[in-house]
Amino acid sequence: MSTTTANLLYLFTIAAFILALRFLSSPRHARLGVQIGAAGMLWAVMVTLSLEEVVTGYWWMFVGMAIGSAIGVVGARKVKMTAMPQMVALFNGVGGGAASIISLVEFHTVWALNGDVGVERGISTVFSALVGSISFAGSMVAFGKLQDLISGRPITYPGQQIGNALIFFGSIALGAVAMATVSFWLLAAAILVAALFGVVFVLPIGGADMPVVISLLNAFTGLAAAATGFVLHSNVLIVSGMLVGASGTLLTTLMARAMNRSIANVLFGAFGKLDETAAAAAAGSDGGTVRSATADDVAVMLAYARRVVFVPGYGLAVAQAQHDVRNLAELLEEKGVDVKYAIHPVAGRMPGHMNVLLAEANVPYDELVEMDQINPEFPQTDVAVIVGANDVVNPAARNQPGSPIYGMPILDVDKSHNVVVIKRSMSPGFAGIDNPLFYDPKTVMLFDDAKAAMEKLIAAVKTV
Amino acid sequence: MSAQLVTELTILVLAAFVGFEVISKVPTLLHTPLMSGTNAIHGIVIVGAIIVMGTPHPSLFMRILSFIAVVLASANVVGGFVVTDRMLEMFKKKPGDE
Repeated sequence: MSTTTANLLYLFTIAAFILALRFLSSPRHARLGVQIGAAGMLWAVMVTLSLEEVVTGYWWMFVGMAIGSAIGVVGARKVKMTAMPQMVALFNGVGGGAASIISLVEFHTVWALNGDVGVERGISTVFSALVGSISFAGSMVAFGKLQDLISGRPITYPGQQIGNALIFFGSIALGAVAMATVSFWLLAAAILVAALFGVVFVLPIGGADMPVVISLLNAFTGLAAAATGFVLHSNVLIVSGMLVGASGTLLTTLMARAMNRSIANVLFGAFGKLDETAAAAAAGSDGGTVRSATADDVAVMLAYARRVVFVPGYGLAVAQAQHDVRNLAELLEEKGVDVKYAIHPVAGRMPGHMNVLLAEANVPYDELVEMDQINPEFPQTDVAVIVGANDVVNPAARNQPGSPIYGMPILDVDKSHNVVVIKRSMSPGFAGIDNPLFYDPKTVMLFDDAKAAMEKLIAAVKTV
Repeated sequence: MSAQLVTELTILVLAAFVGFEVISKVPTLLHTPLMSGTNAIHGIVIVGAIIVMGTPHPSLFMRILSFIAVVLASANVVGGFVVTDRMLEMFKKKPGDE
């Protein structure tokens, strides 16, 4: 079929994608939305297969699609909910890589046909090739960091930012020269340099800043896809890519705002880099005495409380303790305790990470309460239980203007009557700063792995 | 600037506004599914992958590159949708509320 007919038929796909995002506004219809989106995608594939310019390579296509789909299904089915940030990074990366390769091949085709690609197409080709490549390599590094293949701490060295800037502008310069001289190999080289930039760009960013990085890379892949749409003159690519670009940009801003830091600070600030002197000071500082409690003490406290709020953090994901938290909460609810979960926007390693984990553990979503809604409720809360969270409940963000996290919106757990902190040791959180909450007279510490602590608490609550 | 480019830029800008409008209504509860759902949507590059694979190439190298693009894009599409669906299946209300 002709491109015009195809563009008409692609309108169904565009409408399906917009509806899919629209339906995500409520958990009730969200799943239907995703299914509509998937149907739209299938439709787009069928339309594309019957395009008049698609004349050969069917076997390659079907084999490729079969391999890719198999990888996708197995990966998506096997992944644990705690490993979701890595998975999202991975799928994001492969999309960017595909966009980059498509531009490279299309450049070769057009050049072989016309001997030139023209300025307009040249710009979109370079954009999609480079941004896609940055997204691919950056996502792979993010994956490595989240999977603990690479240190989650920022990796820094002298002259890093100048070096990175040189690599970045070097890839653009190579891309420009590739267009001016119409050279396939120079464009390929530009893509490789862009990939190198993707690597060095994500390396200095710490694990706790991953919600921002993943959102940003998501936006990058979207924009690369949109640019591929300009290269191929395909409206469906332009619209879909831009929808993703908009979503990623919005999430990036939201996440940075939830940490009260500028996007530039997140990307270039190497936040969470262990400062030797500060760490030593934190270790040596004597903020007061810490009260440690046994599981039995805490169990009594919980069993006789009227209202308990759980505050999950990345430690819960690491210990995979979401099911145990849910079991403890259920036990408490049977005893007539009112239980809720307080979710900080940047708790975990990606936007909404904690919601997914707790949903997996069958926590009804109306018990998952956002920061702004739960904060006024802490003064009426008997016990706040912090499970593997630290910086997001650090009162220093509210009352110590000198603190690196000062100004970051936090969960006001210190306003509840009692605070229980479940933590393996006194080591500081990701930001590497001391938490005055631990020295609060209202606070007791339960030193244990989140999962082990939950199991002990369940056993103890049963005997109360 | 060609007329086609102007039309395409118009589409791009309008899509950006639609995107911001629709996505700002997504609650924080669903930010992870939003992220993986949009991930699946940018798998639309599969369209591009099919087009470059379906164009006759004299060199085997170009065919191999296109083939890699097809594999990557389909992993993106299928994995993205399956994982999002799996996630959303878990979001439930309190039993008895429905």
